[in-house]
Amino acid sequence: MERRLRRILIAAAIFTAALIINIEFIKIILFLISYLIVGGDIIKGAFKNILKGQVFDENFLMGIASIGAFAIGEYPEGVAVMLFYQIGELFQSYAVDKSRKSIANLMDIRPDYANVKRDDKILKVDPDEVQIGDIIVIKAGEKVPLDCKIIEGSSMLDTSALTGESLPREVEEGNEILSGCININGVIVAEVIKEYGESTVSKILDLVENASNKKSKSEQFITKFARFYTPIVVIIAVVLAIVPPIIIKNQSFSDWIYRALSFLVVSCPCALVMSVPLSFFGGIGGASKKGVLIKGSNYLEALSKTEIIVFDKTGTLTKGVFDVQEIHPVGITQDELLKYSAYAESYSNHPISFSLKKAFAKDIDNERISNVEEISGYGVNAIVDGKNILAGNVKLMKKYNIPHYEGELIGTVVHVAIDNEYAGYIIIADEIKKDSLQAISELKKSNKRTVMLTGDSKNVGNKVARELGLNKVYSELLPGDKVEKLEELLLQKSSKGKLAFVGDGINDAPVLARADIGIAMGGLGSDAAIEAADIVIMTDEPSKIVTAMNISKKTMNIAYQNIYFAIGVKVIVLILSALGITSMWSAIFADVGVTIIAVLNSFRALHV
Amino acid sequence: MKKKFILKGLDCANCAAKMEKAINELDGVKEASVNFFTTKLIIEGEDEKMPKIIEAAEKIIKKIEPDTLIIKA
Repeated sequence: MERRLRRILIAAAIFTAALIINIEFIKIILFLISYLIVGGDIIKGAFKNILKGQVFDENFLMGIASIGAFAIGEYPEGVAVMLFYQIGELFQSYAVDKSRKSIANLMDIRPDYANVKRDDKILKVDPDEVQIGDIIVIKAGEKVPLDCKIIEGSSMLDTSALTGESLPREVEEGNEILSGCININGVIVAEVIKEYGESTVSKILDLVENASNKKSKSEQFITKFARFYTPIVVIIAVVLAIVPPIIIKNQSFSDWIYRALSFLVVSCPCALVMSVPLSFFGGIGGASKKGVLIKGSNYLEALSKTEIIVFDKTGTLTKGVFDVQEIHPVGITQDELLKYSAYAESYSNHPISFSLKKAFAKDIDNERISNVEEISGYGVNAIVDGKNILAGNVKLMKKYNIPHYEGELIGTVVHVAIDNEYAGYIIIADEIKKDSLQAISELKKSNKRTVMLTGDSKNVGNKVARELGLNKVYSELLPGDKVEKLEELLLQKSSKGKLAFVGDGINDAPVLARADIGIAMGGLGSDAAIEAADIVIMTDEPSKIVTAMNISKKTMNIAYQNIYFAIGVKVIVLILSALGITSMWSAIFADVGVTIIAVLNSFRALHV
Repeated sequence: MKKKFILKGLDCANCAAKMEKAINELDGVKEASVNFFTTKLIIEGEDEKMPKIIEAAEKIIKKIEPDTLIIKA
């Protein structure tokens, strides 16, 4: 690149000298020298390509334009075409280089090595060569090379490269950690649980690098446009050079050839072909920096047209962790009620049992429990400390004819009776995520319809929907019903609008696939989510959907600005040149200037 | 079968688009994509025809941008 720059500078200096000098003979010689320095390669390339049957390429067009200018005696224009074309090219390569590098930096999560423990020695090896079950050592400041499980040590992990989350995460023995994170302080010894190719880091890299292969409609439009644009402009140029001087009286060939040459200069579609994909490339790169992986430009584009956003409830808008929310004892203390229910349910594998034990937070002494009988669909009957405990739902209370609280309760309710005496109830419910409300209200602010689908009861569904202000909720759905409801919703959007479905990717794969855009949350560490979705949100924050939407909107704006600006300027210059109003200089601007401006504009997409 | 290549020295976005179109039109190619920014060429095609496809693709690339190096990835 430096050689090219030097050549351009030398040619520019000679060109300037030629413009100043007043002796015609020397002037022409200087123009020729300058031309050969800056344009020799292009002419050579044009000849080579013609021999190979490749005619309408940029080299050829620029060659003809400049040689034509020389032929009609417009020396400065002839040199300027080449000189500025080269400047434009140089700038483009610089821009491409820079954006390739900044994406590489963005994706700088690739580990260079792993410290493997073999026969009491620690060896530095390529992550590719490490096998499942190998023991690796990760020192402070190093990247976690492969997905692994800590067997010794504790530390803080910087997960920002994967999640965009700047708060470090605390990890200790027994935790699984993901490749691509950075170990901040302690030394960790860990057992490898996935090969490099299957590890999080290589999956993410693969995904982002291949994302721009799935092209958006605007990119497809531009490639198609470029395919027709150049031949059409060239044909008009030929017609322009020959026809008017023949038909119209008193018109010189050189005047019309001059106009035609301007056409050739503007005929290059470079600015467009390069700036539009560059915008998308930047948008996808910027999103991944924020922990949002977008699997293709087409999805980034579709996101900006979203009209309806459908959410799954559990694990998406709510934490998906069931906790004891309320304890209402009758005749005993709260602690006693919690104790008896936790003991009674302690043998059960039901999630309710875990929530109760978690809330009880003390060890269960198995000696104190006997005669446990699980009544499926009802609850448990057990002896605890010699007392007969019944813990379960309303049906269990009815079965044993125990009078109980009959008002409306929201959530999963555990009624408890001690020796056939009602002792009160405990409510276990899922909690709404911290940023769900903010996400929903921002989506509504930008006129999106928000809908929630849930398999949970009407009570619970309505309560969550009310708290978040969702437009609509469908409850008590079986997994198959969710697809059906989604089909219904797909009919409600406009023909150009899109529908996005947001789920946790675990058991909603069919719905994710059916939606126009499938968004999976909490992708970090969940292969299923990364596979099934079109967009993966690495953390489990619903507010990242708003982030993704904003990035999409910005990217689309930039892409459209470039399309309108570049085509607009080119068409205007073509018309003015045909009418003979502007000179070849404005054609040169339309070519090089537009490229530079469009590329600079697309750079904005990278910075989100 | 999917094959990946890196096109070293790929320097022009329009050329990348031309290559992509020409390779997609080859017999036996299901989908081919040239990514200008990652300079990656991915060809998905029928197994038996793959050697021929790759040969033809190399010719196309050399014809459009003679200075491009094709490296297996």
